[in-house]
Amino acid sequence: MALPFEKPIEDLESKIREMQAYADEQQVDLAEEISLLEQRLERLKRETFAHLTRWQRVLVARAPGRPTALDHVGAFVDDFVELHGDRALGDDPALVAGLGRVDGAGVVVLAQQKGRDTKENIHRNFGMAHPSGYRKAMRMMEMADKFGLAVVALIDTPGAYPGIAAEEQGQAWVIAESIRRMSRLRVPAVAVVVGEGGSGGALAIGVANRVLILENSVYSVISPESCAAIRWRDAAEAPRAAEALKLTSADLLEQGVVDEIVAEPLGGAHKDPATAVAATATAVRAALASLRGLPVEEIVRARSERFRHMGRVLVDSA
Amino acid sequence: MALERWFRRQRPTRGDDDATPAGLWVKCSACHAQLYRKDLVAHLYVCKECGHHERMPVAARIAMLTDEGSFEPWSGDVRPVDALGFVDVEPYAERLAAVQQKAGRPDAIVTGAALMEGEPVALAVMDFSFLGGSMGSVVGEEIALAAERAGEEDRALVMVAASGGARMQEGALSLMQMAKTTVALEGLASRRLPYVSVLTDPTTGGVTASFATLGDVIFAEPDALICFAGPRVIQQTIKQDLPAGFQRAEFLLRKGMIDDVVPRGELKRRLAAVIGLLRAGAATMVPGALPAGA
Repeated sequence: MALPFEKPIEDLESKIREMQAYADEQQVDLAEEISLLEQRLERLKRETFAHLTRWQRVLVARAPGRPTALDHVGAFVDDFVELHGDRALGDDPALVAGLGRVDGAGVVVLAQQKGRDTKENIHRNFGMAHPSGYRKAMRMMEMADKFGLAVVALIDTPGAYPGIAAEEQGQAWVIAESIRRMSRLRVPAVAVVVGEGGSGGALAIGVANRVLILENSVYSVISPESCAAIRWRDAAEAPRAAEALKLTSADLLEQGVVDEIVAEPLGGAHKDPATAVAATATAVRAALASLRGLPVEEIVRARSERFRHMGRVLVDSA
Repeated sequence: MALERWFRRQRPTRGDDDATPAGLWVKCSACHAQLYRKDLVAHLYVCKECGHHERMPVAARIAMLTDEGSFEPWSGDVRPVDALGFVDVEPYAERLAAVQQKAGRPDAIVTGAALMEGEPVALAVMDFSFLGGSMGSVVGEEIALAAERAGEEDRALVMVAASGGARMQEGALSLMQMAKTTVALEGLASRRLPYVSVLTDPTTGGVTASFATLGDVIFAEPDALICFAGPRVIQQTIKQDLPAGFQRAEFLLRKGMIDDVVPRGELKRRLAAVIGLLRAGAATMVPGALPAGA
């Protein structure tokens, strides 16, 4: 299923495929023609993706077939062992936790997991965690501190789930506590926004020493749809809200919210998942390596400082 | 420093941020009883017919919680910036300028030093009438500065929260204030200084999901709406009616999320009492900072 702006690209791709098939079938040499079309395709992709609107980036960040958090985990974590349960309320499949190795060193993995299909999406609650998920995350942060394991958090959620049980069980409280628990980690933490970074539900596992973001991922205080419903009183104004919110990887780098953008293959991660997860793997390995061997006090101090200085204000001098 | 002079000049009865309608008589927003404004103000904006707690102006809140003449403002020098050039139906910069003029303060919070029944505290009061008390970079910065200064001056911190959540006009930068305020509170924890949070109507979204619920003790005012996702959002998501009293202070008390529901008239005494008790305990401990995470 193509995104609206991908239609011309897909049309050209299918034309090339047809021509190739015809050439094979009829044993004619169309190499030159095909090569020309391929050059055109490359140009078209480049132009399209260089000029994506912010709303189009949101669509790419949510595109079916985009690598999920666990797809990325599979590419850079060895010996992954999933651990379940928050020891109080249950186990939340929307937030996957486990142990593994990166470059031989042990890590705690936290991954907000959307489904790869409808069935898994329902099981994963579309990546929207309940308080139980954040309690599990905090339990894993305890373990990370106790055993000296770095934390790698993969963020991909529309937000923490807004439901009756979630509110009754203190959704706001667990997000606040998770932010605090993560800010106190005595081990390095790396967070990667691999799809949607939806508000407090994303930040709850995003208080890291290094925060990376995939090129077409977004990270926002509110979804464009909700913002539009409030500010324009019309959810259909989401494209305008996306523009106003400045939620793309480039915007966030400029705002100092993220430290690094991980390039995606041309056409978006959903077009070439293998290349995309390999790029994430390289970036996470490098980020972990840059934090290895730092004194505990420095790890805690640097992370606190990173977040203490977030925001833009003017200060009147006395 | 016009604000400071204004605070010192008078014990305010009706601030500019009084959200109740102007006039000699006002209607209780819950039971619709006709109330003489002077009575309502004298009763701390609590309806004497039904006990409903109306939203309260910041100045009156400060006057009610602090020993007379003891409040010295800290906030006011930090001003908001339209970092994103945010425009919806009206540019954020224009909206800000208008509300700043009306409120007489740069943003949605007032902080300062005060005595509370003789107890030295830092006090932060959010202003719901200022863009819904939303937290942008300034609110985050003022809270962080107040928490840090409270630590330096050996004061407990009292937070009176009232907010629609993070300020969407400042985008992800406002989201980051949730982490900023949380990090800044660590200095109080490491010095064993109490942090007490008072949740008033309404406290929602990113404010509930950060500093407001991290108090050592959390009190709430009667019937205050306190939530992460607002009732309308939840209704739209689950397409069901919500239980009666859902997300109100009393409901959260039953669910174990807050320490108590405290009527406004008792708030100052209760705050001073818990702060006194916590500090008495801390004073008997061996001096020295707690390690982070303890």
